[in-house]
Amino acid sequence: MEEKAYHQSLAGEQVVASDTGQADTLSTHPLHLSPGYKSTILRSPTRPLMLVPEQMKNLRMPVFGESCLGPLDNDLTKNARRNGEPIGERIKIAGRVLDASGRPLPNVLVEIWQANAAGRYIHKAEIHDAPLDPNFLGAGRLLTDAEGRYSFYTIKPGAYPWGNHYNAWRPNHIHFSVIGHHLDQRLVTQMYFPGDPLFAYDPIFQSVPKHARELLIAQFSMDWTEPEFALAYEFNIVLNGRNQTPFES
Amino acid sequence: MNTLPVTPSQTVGPFFAYGLTARQYGYDYTSLMDGMLIEPRENQGEIIYITGCIIDGNGNSVSDALVELWQADAQGQYATEPIAYPPDYSSFRGFGRFGTGTTANHEFVFTTLKPGLTAEGEAPHLNVILFLRGSLRTLYTRLYFSDEPEANDRDILLNAIEPDRRHTLLATSGKEGHYTFDIRLQGPDETVFFDL
Repeated sequence: MEEKAYHQSLAGEQVVASDTGQADTLSTHPLHLSPGYKSTILRSPTRPLMLVPEQMKNLRMPVFGESCLGPLDNDLTKNARRNGEPIGERIKIAGRVLDASGRPLPNVLVEIWQANAAGRYIHKAEIHDAPLDPNFLGAGRLLTDAEGRYSFYTIKPGAYPWGNHYNAWRPNHIHFSVIGHHLDQRLVTQMYFPGDPLFAYDPIFQSVPKHARELLIAQFSMDWTEPEFALAYEFNIVLNGRNQTPFES
Repeated sequence: MNTLPVTPSQTVGPFFAYGLTARQYGYDYTSLMDGMLIEPRENQGEIIYITGCIIDGNGNSVSDALVELWQADAQGQYATEPIAYPPDYSSFRGFGRFGTGTTANHEFVFTTLKPGLTAEGEAPHLNVILFLRGSLRTLYTRLYFSDEPEANDRDILLNAIEPDRRHTLLATSGKEGHYTFDIRLQGPDETVFFDL
């Protein structure tokens, strides 16, 4: 029913190409071309993006069920142990996934990956001279609960040097991939930690409009900190809202 | 009605593979999705193979891109049941994911079904979602089929694109169900991307 309505609407709606392109000053997203992050120069679209009908944005994304998840998938301190505990500061990252109207989004697939405490990614192409941790992979996933909540245990990632410019270092960060309910709710982002001295020097963080940067910084939470176990950080994720919801039951 | 600011997008970076495409890259971690959306022996529609490269502004193929497909089945229906895990390729999965770092020419490779007509005003198509190092945003496009000229002529979205750019969304048909679909990030044949 929803799909049929989508297509009827599509047929009746005029589709126009955008000529405003990247000039949306209200957007919280980076521009596609952010020359300080050099790789964007040859890898970002140069033509205006094409505006599409609202009903195309509303296309439902795949549904994920509990069978997708292993029992330790949301505990990165345990899901790759071989002969002991991973090295580093154990932390909890928790929050909610909401849409822009404030509605919690249940059953959203959240996947994360990160460097270990020494700032080393396990990726095979990675050459940073820092040790791997035999008991830490750095990847996890979960589904949000009925109230859109999620919670990971992990190890606080270290800072990481990269080749963008002389003496370039990424702030401590955790990569997030989020598959929401609708096509325009597919988000990949990075979560940062409060007070990082590298923010001012990182062109990836700086690519975000100034007014929106704090949205990527997790907040320390004493309430969620677990005594004698782990500091907690709160990171809420907001996906595009629905401008039209006429077909929801 | 939007009241909360949307979380900004950031690049997927170069090191997503062990988290998002672990099995394809040989990491010791499970993968929910991969490049196979259906076992080719299954008789649920026309099996097709889609390969292509992500090409940067210098004409080089990108070795650290993540490509996702989301599409209807041969009857034009999108899956509404949960994605099966462990993967069961005997029934159509609808959603695929492939990183460009494991093939010789940095190609993505999908085995899937040719989608049916979803509705009037739409030609058969796949939704393509693209992430890569050097891209700060989710990139959305669509793949249409070059051997569906009549349906393409009636597709409303395709017709809204400037005529000289429509070909950037057409996968070229080859032999025995093979299609080629290169995505060009820049240049005279820059792929049309959508503003979602």
